[in-house]
Order: sequence, then structure tokens, then C-alpha cells
Amino acid sequence: MSNTQSLLTIEELYASVEEKQIIKGLNLDVKPGEVHAIMGPNGAGKSTLGYVLSGRDGYSVESGSAVLDGQDLLEMETEDRARAGLFLAFQYPVEIPGVSNLEFLKASVDAQREARGEEAITSAEFLKEAKAACKQVNLPVSFLKRGVNEGFSGGEKKRNELMQMLLLKPKLCILDETDSGLDIDALQVVAEGVNSQRSADRSFIVVTHYQRLLDYIKPDFVHVLSDGKIVKSGDASLALELEAQGYAWLQKEPAEDELEG
Amino acid sequence: MTEQIDKALAREYEAGFVSDVESETFEPGLNEDVIRRISVMKGEPEWMLEWRLSAFREWLEMEEPEWALVDYPKVDFQAISYYSAPKSMKDKPKSLDEVDPELLRTYEKLGIPLIEQQMLAGIAVDAVFDSVSVVTTFREKLEEAGVIFCPISEAVHKYPDLVKKYLGSVVPKKDNYYAALNCAVFTDGSFVYIPKGTRCPMELSTYFRINEQNTGQFERTLIVADEGSHVSYLEGCTAPQRDENQLHAAVVELVAMDNAEIKYSTVQNWYPGDENGKGGIYNFVTKRGICHTSAKISWTQVETGSSVTWKYPSCVLKGDNSVGEFYSVALTRGRQQADTGTKMIHLGKNTKSTIITKGISAGRSNNSYRGLVRMNPGAQGARNFTQCDSLLIGDQCGAHTFPYVESRNPSAIIEHEATTSKVSDEQMYLCRQRGLDPEKAVSMIVNGFCKEVFKELPMEFAVEAGKLLEISLEGSVG
Ligand SMILES: Nc1ncnc2c1ncn2[C@@H]1O[C@H](COP(=O)(O)OP(=O)(O)O)[C@@H](O)[C@H]1O
Ligand SMILES: [Mg+2]
Repeated sequence: MSNTQSLLTIEELYASVEEKQIIKGLNLDVKPGEVHAIMGPNGAGKSTLGYVLSGRDGYSVESGSAVLDGQDLLEMETEDRARAGLFLAFQYPVEIPGVSNLEFLKASVDAQREARGEEAITSAEFLKEAKAACKQVNLPVSFLKRGVNEGFSGGEKKRNELMQMLLLKPKLCILDETDSGLDIDALQVVAEGVNSQRSADRSFIVVTHYQRLLDYIKPDFVHVLSDGKIVKSGDASLALELEAQGYAWLQKEPAEDELEG
Repeated sequence: MTEQIDKALAREYEAGFVSDVESETFEPGLNEDVIRRISVMKGEPEWMLEWRLSAFREWLEMEEPEWALVDYPKVDFQAISYYSAPKSMKDKPKSLDEVDPELLRTYEKLGIPLIEQQMLAGIAVDAVFDSVSVVTTFREKLEEAGVIFCPISEAVHKYPDLVKKYLGSVVPKKDNYYAALNCAVFTDGSFVYIPKGTRCPMELSTYFRINEQNTGQFERTLIVADEGSHVSYLEGCTAPQRDENQLHAAVVELVAMDNAEIKYSTVQNWYPGDENGKGGIYNFVTKRGICHTSAKISWTQVETGSSVTWKYPSCVLKGDNSVGEFYSVALTRGRQQADTGTKMIHLGKNTKSTIITKGISAGRSNNSYRGLVRMNPGAQGARNFTQCDSLLIGDQCGAHTFPYVESRNPSAIIEHEATTSKVSDEQMYLCRQRGLDPEKAVSMIVNGFCKEVFKELPMEFAVEAGKLLEISLEGSVG
């Protein structure tokens, strides 16, 4: 591998929820600017990985390490991980009735700015940015006034997640099946959102079931996550292979796995 | 998670300081003699004393109500002092310059400067300290518009006809146990009269402060809005932090004549007691308004303080086409108990009422909504809409709703909706994942839950109320 410093390094991570081990010896290295796709069967632990990295209550790390930008993620509070630049676009975004998107987003942006020792953004400036973000993800500006995800359709919720990403400008974006349930137009919006944010100092982990998103977002690496660990890694062509053959060939006995790998 | 929220809720009570003023305070005890002495202190005419005494005699025959879902040791009415006033108020200061600076400082510390130049433009304040009104601002400006805004003790002298006519006209002397007690021993509060066709040029507000130990505060407020007039009024309240419970038993009466409108808002922040339920104010309050033809009364309350709250601001919709509204946020935490709600009594045709309540319970508190909607036989075409939402924080608190409906007119329409929700782990996680600390997350979620009620408050106070919730929730998450 190149000698650039990694943005995220996960080593031999074991994690469990409700006493059930889900992540079982996972390794992953993400360098600045890279896009990694993670694919894998339902129940493999893809969402769990995002929750463990972001520090969701109830998800406990048994052993291993995860380092973001030189900081030990696993020692940090949930909000401090976010402030350190970790963003998770949720597979199932939750509603917060009565709290407007705008208020929520400004508070989030301000909390992150404060952590960096910056002043709060002015309302006028923020509104301008928020409107531009709306436009980019193809949501009417009126969504800024609505309660967070309140009564949004599935697709609108996903686009709202993306809008948050645009405004928070994280270093590491984890998108958990942001493409699921989207029609082709919405899919393109998501892809464009990601592509527009790609830069030398921002990395992505894109969890997806479908090759089609990867037609638009060209990943640098594709990993297969199965039963709590990465069982195969490759370049973008691996996604095509998976599309054709499914995951079954990767889930057989260990001996065969080794043969294939 | 629950633990974190509990921690966030363990906040400081910012108004808990004691002011160092020398007061003249009655010995504890209640009897006819004490009532006569109160009347003397206030220099009252004979009719007022007689009114008090007759209420007292009624009260002696009454029993303390026990139907509310609140649990507290019986109040020893002989252990309370019924009158306390700063000595400096004895000579009735003529202007602000003559008022004891310590008193002015007290209000300034509470964020209510009484120097007119420093005040929020457009808000007149009556400041009641224990049993007396310290000062009422902007009186001249109001007088120009014909509006009367003064301490009720002064109105008894200056406007005896109005007081005689309306005092006790909405809440009768023997309406209930605490109301009867209030009639006997009330000390101060505000009197407002808005003349016909007048839109009150300023927001009016009264700020109640309990300072002296072992005293009860018996607030009495009377607002009369004459035909076609309009007024917006706000009351606020705080008290020092003490281990002993103190009693605040108030009566507020509103009279809205034909086509008049009264908007009455309360931000109640009495000392709530500590985490274990030690100390705090017993807030036993009777508030009621009467609406004549096409009149409207709107009650908005934000209740965050008191250890026990017993309070049902109500509307008697007497005139045809009259409108009653009740918007309430009640937050309980620690060991606080609140039993609050409203009564909408529909008498006239096409009368309309709306009830929106938001109860937030945290810690080991108990929060009940109790509401009555009554459609009398004459209430042809009357309508009510009620929505009661409860939000639970943690799993050791209680939320209850007791909606009572009595419909004696088949054409009346009554709708009721109720929800109970929790501040969910998912919501907290979303907020924290975006970089918000847990305190901010809880207060934002709670503020969002209360939004429908906050938007009913006058602008300046909506911000205050939001902040108050924030302070109340401080430390509820770790
Ligand atoms: N709160 C939980 N309690 C128990 N099991 C859970 C919980 N959350 C997830 N799991 C289990 O963990 C496994 C991985 O789930 P998840 O990470 O959502 O998979 P994926 O996102 O790859 O479909 C599944 O078997 C799921 O049932
Ligand atoms: Mg998943």
C-alpha cells in the first residue's frame, strides 16, 4: 500500500450487541480520498459496523481497534466521534417531530464548529448553504422548515441524510444502504451527491446491495462482508462478479474460502 | 441512556437565591383576627373585610380535596404566616427612586429590570414581592389609553365599584377549598381593566416572587376586558430554594365581555424541590374566565416548577359564538407532581374550545392531565377539540390522562386525541451522531414536542420558555 497516512484503520475488531457477537475479527484500512464499497448478505453485520464505529449505545466492542485520523475512536463519546469528522447516513432515518430540519442542522453544524473552536455560523450564511444543499439533493426548500424526517417518504428521508452530509462536511462518510428503495432518478441524486463531495481529504464507505449504485459511484475498493468479517476484497470488478454470482460462493466452508481468496 | 437523561435533569434552580430585605411578617397562624390584621395592613374598607370573613367561615366548613393524583403531607394551615412585606414598603414609595434598591436588584437578578428604560419595550410589569406589590411600571402610558393596571390592593380603594362587581363573579367564594382560603387571606396580585373597544397598547405582566420563609403567598388577580377590547397578559413566578414546602394558593378571574379577547400566559417556575422531593412550592391555583358573546379567552401555560401543582385554568363559554382555548406544557422531573388541565363549559350556541396539552415527565415524577369538556343543553352546534400528548423521559416516571366528557346536546361535536411517546434511543443517537451533546439533544427534542404550545406565547416569552425548558433539562443527560 502507499505510504499516505490512513484516515481509518480497523484492526481485528470484535463487537457484539445484546451479548451476541456480530463483528468477528474485521480489518479495514481507508486512506484519505478513497471510496470503499461494502457489500454482503442481509444480516452480515454491515449496519452494525456503522453503529459500532459511530458509538451507538448498546453496541459493545470486545476487542480490536479503530483509529480515525490518529484518534482512538472507540474511546470517544458518540458526539465526539461525529465532531472528529465521522458521519453516518442511516439506513432507517428516525423522525424528530416538531424540530425543524433547519434548526436541527444548524445546531449540529454549530456543535461541530464549536468543537473545532470556531464561532457559530450566522443564520443568514447557514440558510444560504442549506438552500444550496436542498437544491443539490433535489428536495424543495420547504423541507428545511419541516420536522426532521417528519412524514417524509422513504426516498425523501434518504435525500435528507445526504443533505446533512453536505452541510456537515465530514472526513469520513458511511452511507448505509442509502440507495435502497430509491428509483433510478433518486439513485443518481445520491451518486451525484457523493461524487460532488469526493476529494483528496474525504473518504467514503458505501454500504450497498446493488451494483447499480456503483455504476455511478466508482469505488476504489469493494469488500464483501459476511458473518462479521471481510471475506473478500477487490476492485470495482468484484461488484460485477457479485452481481452475477451472488454471495453464496463466498459463504462456504473456510477451506473453500481460502481457495477462492 | 436513562441514567444520562436523569443526570441532565438534575439541574440548578437559578432563581433559588434569597434577598436580604427586612420584612414585617405575621406570626404563623390563621383565624379571624389574622384576617382582620391583613385587612388593616391593606387599609381596606369594611365591605372587603366582611367579604374575607364570610369566605373564611365557608372555608372552615370545607374539606381539602383529595381527588387529584398528587401525594403530599397535609398542609398545616396554622404553621403558615399569611402576611409578609418588606419594611421599606410601609411608607408606600411614590416612585422607583424610593423603592429599596435590594428589591430592584432582586428583580434584575431574575431578568426583570423594573427601570422603565431598561425594560423590554412594550411590556408593563407589576412586581409582587411576598404579600405586596413593589412597583407597577408604565402606568401613565397605560392610563393615557384608559387602561387600568395596578395592584389589586390599590384597586380596592380606587375602583371599588369595579372590584365589587367582578371580584368573585367568576370563581365564587366557596368554589373550592383553596379558592375559599384565598378569598379570606389574599394579599396582592394585579387588577386590569381594559375599556370598551380598546386594544391594550402594551403586554401586561405580573411577576410573583416569594422570598420570606414560612409564608404563604395568596395571589389574587382580576382582569376585566370590556366590550370589543383586547389584552395580552403574562404572569411569571419564582421562589428561593428551601427545604420546607411553601404554599402558593392563587385565584385568577377573567371577564371577557362581548367581542373582547383576553390572552393569558403563565410561565410558572416556582422552586420545584430537590431531587429527593425535599422542599418546593405547593401551587394550588384556581383560574377561570367567563366569555360573553363572541368573546375569546386563551390560556397558555408553561409549568416547569413547583413540587405539587394543582391547577385547571378554565373557560365558561356563556355567550353564543364564544371561544375558549387552553395550551399547556407541563414538565415534571425529580419528584415533582403535577395534576393540571382545564375545564371548558359550553353554555352558548356555536361555542368553540380547543385544548392542546403537552406533558413531559422525567425522573420519578408524576404528570397528569385532567380535563372536563361539558356541553350544556343550550350549546347547540358547539365544538371541542382536545389533544393530549405525553412524552416520557426514562422509565420511572408516570404520565396519566383523565379526560371527562359530559355532552347534553346531541348536536355538539367533541373530538379527543391522545398520544404517549418516549424520547427514544434512536432520536438521541441521531442527534449525537450529528455532533450534539446529550443535553442539547434532549432539550431540542422536548422543545420540538412543545412547539404547538410555544407558538401561542407572546414572542418575547416563547424564547424565555424555551430557555427555561433548557435549564430545566440541564444535566438530564450525561
Ligand atoms: N439490537 C440487536 N439485538 C440482537 N441482534 C441484533 C441487533 N441488531 C442487529 N442484530 C443482529 O445482528 C446481525 C447483523 O445485523 P445488521 O448489522 O443489521 O446486518 P446488515 O446490515 O448486514 O443486514 C443480524 O443477525 C441481526 O439480527
Ligand atoms: Mg443493514
